[in-house]
Amino acid sequence: MAHISRGFRGKPREITDESRLPPGQYVVDGFPVLSAGPTPYTSLEEWTFSIQGEVSEPKTWSWEEFRALPSESIRTDIHCVTKWSKLDTSWEGISIDTLLEDVDHDATHVLAFCDGGYTTNVPLEDLVDGKAWIAFEYDGDALEPEHGGPARLLVPHLYFWKSAKWIRGLSLMDHDEPGFWETYGYHIYGDPWREQRYSGD
Amino acid sequence: MARAAVLGRLNWRLGEVVELIDETPRVRSIVLDVPEWPGHRAGQHVDVRLTAEDGYQAQRSYSIASAPDDERLMLTVELLADGEVSPYLVEELRAGDVLELRGPIGGFFVWDASVTGPLLLIAGSSGIVPLMAMLRHRAAVASREAARLIYSSRSWQEVIFRDELGELAAGSEGVEVIHTLTRTQPPDWQGFSGRIDAQMLKETAFAPGTMPNAYICGPTSFVEAAGRALVLLGHDPKRIKTERFGPTGG
Repeated sequence: MAHISRGFRGKPREITDESRLPPGQYVVDGFPVLSAGPTPYTSLEEWTFSIQGEVSEPKTWSWEEFRALPSESIRTDIHCVTKWSKLDTSWEGISIDTLLEDVDHDATHVLAFCDGGYTTNVPLEDLVDGKAWIAFEYDGDALEPEHGGPARLLVPHLYFWKSAKWIRGLSLMDHDEPGFWETYGYHIYGDPWREQRYSGD
Repeated sequence: MARAAVLGRLNWRLGEVVELIDETPRVRSIVLDVPEWPGHRAGQHVDVRLTAEDGYQAQRSYSIASAPDDERLMLTVELLADGEVSPYLVEELRAGDVLELRGPIGGFFVWDASVTGPLLLIAGSSGIVPLMAMLRHRAAVASREAARLIYSSRSWQEVIFRDELGELAAGSEGVEVIHTLTRTQPPDWQGFSGRIDAQMLKETAFAPGTMPNAYICGPTSFVEAAGRALVLLGHDPKRIKTERFGPTGG
């Protein structure tokens, strides 16, 4: 039973389609930023994207090669564990399905790794079949560094910390392993619809 | 790097408001008595949940201002003009009311005396709150690590914890406090003016060679600028921890 807060009414609620807002979230218009350390600035000449780990043959793309892959436009709602949700965001990115097309593996989980040492873990099945992308454009413009540019993971059906910024590759694994925030008390899976914010939720 | 123990589920608990302190015209500290509070580390935050009579709920995160050593839990909240939870906490809440909260949350942006190296704190407006918990904890455990706070506020009236910071800086415990005021300065102002940038940090921050541990907290643009400036000055990005207070946080 929740405690009733004396005198609290909340803001007038009218517009939001409740079916689009997971429990405990509220809608924002801006695009807040959350990260653990200073924003890395990696030049596109140095940037690569790799698939490694439990694969028969690791793969690496340069920025040019990566951008030559077929990309998709994505329109989606995103939900941050710090309670904000942003509706109808638009992105351009390369589907993880495209990146894994010629990769031979028996992996069940993925650890995404990034500039700055950040990692996050996601079950492989949450990244395939059109559920996740490596995004490089937001709202028609190149993704800004503070929002994860040059490229970030986009897994919109999980809390947004799983959509790792400054991504440099995916490590395919035959087991699950907590990433950065997951070792600091955040939920191992992070489904906003089940409000899996913190360990044990 | 110390990893926080992953404890069991964080349950919602009730805390009674025992005192309210107006820190500035827009910022209020809420002192809570939370029975069986599990304890926290300096720098962590809690989730606060409000429930209206019709069942509508709103949750937000707020940094803890009190030290782990303090008897009571203190949250310090800035009123956001367009906010939903902060206006209630800053303007409506009274002593004797009960707040629902869960935590502590966040095991990365934390400091305790086991962290070796000078403590470099860089705060923008209400970003001072988790850093204040660190300074209070440092004083409580009588840490000998040098500490320096570089604190950006709009005006002298908007400096949160102004008197307590003055006392800390005047003491002999190795705390230095450097203010910069970005919008208006008192007539006889001796401190810095304007936003924190690389030049100001070059003059005021510990040198990279002393291997300080930097904690930056404030609005996103502030944290981006201060973090980038420290990296440009040669500080190790791995020793810089950031926490952002978005304008939509409340």
